Amino acid sequence: MTENSTPAETVESVTQHRSLWGDVWRQFRKHKGAMTGVIVFIFITLMVSIGPLIHDIEPSAINFSERNLGPTLAHPLGTDNIGHDTLAQILAGGQVSLAVGFLAMLIALFLGTFVGVLAGFFKSLDGPLMRLTDLFLALPILPLLLVIILLFRDTLRRLYGPEAGIFLLIVFIIGITSWMHTARIVRGDVLGIKEREFVIAAHSIGTKKRRIIFRHILPNILSPIMVSATLGIANAIITESALSFLGLGFPPDFPTWGRLLYDGANFIQITPSRAIWPGLFIALTVLSVNYIGDGLRDALDPRLRGR
Amino acid sequence: MIQFIIRRILIAIPTLLVISFIIFAILDLAPNDPTGNLPMTVPAEVREKIRESLGLGQPMHVRFGKWLVQFFVNEPLNILHDGFGITIGDAENRTRILSWATRSPVVDLIIQRTPQTLWVVGLSYLFGILIAIPIGIISAYKQYSWFDQVGTFVTMVGFSVPTFFTGMLAIILFSVQLKWFPMIYDTTLEVNSWDNFVLQVKQMFMPVAVLALYNASQLSRFMRASILDNLNLDYVRTARSKGRSEQVVLLIHVLRNSLIPVVTLIALGIPTIFSGAIITEQIFRVNGLGQLLIIGIESADIPLVQTLTFLFAVLIVLFNLIADVIYGILDPRIRYD
Repeated sequence: MTENSTPAETVESVTQHRSLWGDVWRQFRKHKGAMTGVIVFIFITLMVSIGPLIHDIEPSAINFSERNLGPTLAHPLGTDNIGHDTLAQILAGGQVSLAVGFLAMLIALFLGTFVGVLAGFFKSLDGPLMRLTDLFLALPILPLLLVIILLFRDTLRRLYGPEAGIFLLIVFIIGITSWMHTARIVRGDVLGIKEREFVIAAHSIGTKKRRIIFRHILPNILSPIMVSATLGIANAIITESALSFLGLGFPPDFPTWGRLLYDGANFIQITPSRAIWPGLFIALTVLSVNYIGDGLRDALDPRLRGR
Repeated sequence: MIQFIIRRILIAIPTLLVISFIIFAILDLAPNDPTGNLPMTVPAEVREKIRESLGLGQPMHVRFGKWLVQFFVNEPLNILHDGFGITIGDAENRTRILSWATRSPVVDLIIQRTPQTLWVVGLSYLFGILIAIPIGIISAYKQYSWFDQVGTFVTMVGFSVPTFFTGMLAIILFSVQLKWFPMIYDTTLEVNSWDNFVLQVKQMFMPVAVLALYNASQLSRFMRASILDNLNLDYVRTARSKGRSEQVVLLIHVLRNSLIPVVTLIALGIPTIFSGAIITEQIFRVNGLGQLLIIGIESADIPLVQTLTFLFAVLIVLFNLIADVIYGILDPRIRYD
């Protein structure tokens, strides 16, 4: 009996070998909202990146003979008051909005992790860096963003051209004004991990500080960083569209979802769909990203895993 | 307790000074010229004189000092003088922060605009809290019930969908299609009769509802999490085993403890809804502080923008302080850090 059962058990334990990320994925899949979020987000990303190849109308093409159309075969989402194709504009705008979201999130994540790790790891830097974080948290972000864009827009346009200049400016300022929450969370986690045995062991065998940070600390704080990454994308997309919505983001001939919504707002009595579509895409993207973040948080929390 | 408050205030003062300097410096270092919009035919000497008259002749630190004195000393004294009739010092010759666009004192403009913002923002926050707390309590107490499932989904949507989109949808639905509410906020309406009062309520309904839903979804998520944290604690079991009814356990024991972080969050959220109101005011054309800021930015009215932005910063620091103090009062463990 025992001889029979042992090989079966080993086979079972081999096939059921569980890695940390496998566990996380298994838990993540159980979260229905998060899985729906992943599917919707991948769909939107694919649509925005491949869509223009299929629906190949120039987003900036003007056609006065086809103004304010409802949905037709040639223009599935209709046209606006000067004959722009709405679908083409939404696809082009989505590329910009998603790119802003990703890049701004990366900047914020990098800054936040950098500040958080330094503050958590080096006691002498903790005080000043956390005061800096508090200071940034006390800044009125939206008014400041508006002011900075207004004042530096023209200079950057001269330097990098009208589109690249404003793109860089928006990505950069959203990035440097949204790293504070990541920094706080990362610092807290680093403070805890720094005192754990494996880090002390690494210290005692003479590992260099930089190597301890990269080899032992960073992999262990990956989960809060990933959760703040999802929140960061959502936040950056909303901020960008809010800026464009206030008329202080991208220039009129350069479609982003926020800009399209802003332009559509003036025509809601004639063509309400012009305001609804871009808004719907902003809402869907942010909602899916937030659900992914929710699922990740649950999946990465070992107390909840396996329930 | 007093010592705790004093310590917090002492931290707040340098923060405010640094922030005011940052705001001043950003606006000052920017490549921006108030005479840039004048016709090309205006000669250079005249431009120089205009710049002098706007107070731009002096070095930056002098202007920063002057601005600080105007903001922290002259304007508050002036409010005392005009509003309460208390005169301290020379009320006539006090220099005030003047708007470049209208040449009138910035503070007067702000005082004109504040009531609209306070009504819209304040009411929406109040309604948001009133909606959020019961939803949070029921969601947490009946976790995974259908109410909780629906509630979590709705709050997730409410907190993900930006107000400029919900506002737009509300306008399309209720103003364009159903024609229940006016699309644009009539700022000249005076409430002096019942009919006008109804009109006022009607035009405030959409902005207040949109902001209230947004605030409620954020708060109720937090409220739910806070109650869930408390429901499994030992004191709840003790209360139940003493034989107290479920109602008392939930609404007295659990609620009081779960409200501590929520009250702090409510205090912390007040300044952020002022900046969120910038967007809502823009959608519904409410002539509040947010719209004043946008107008100032569009017309490059630096003193107005400086003062308003700094005022937002003051609100943030002030409510951080209030939140800290409230937390200290409600949870004595916090006081000894």
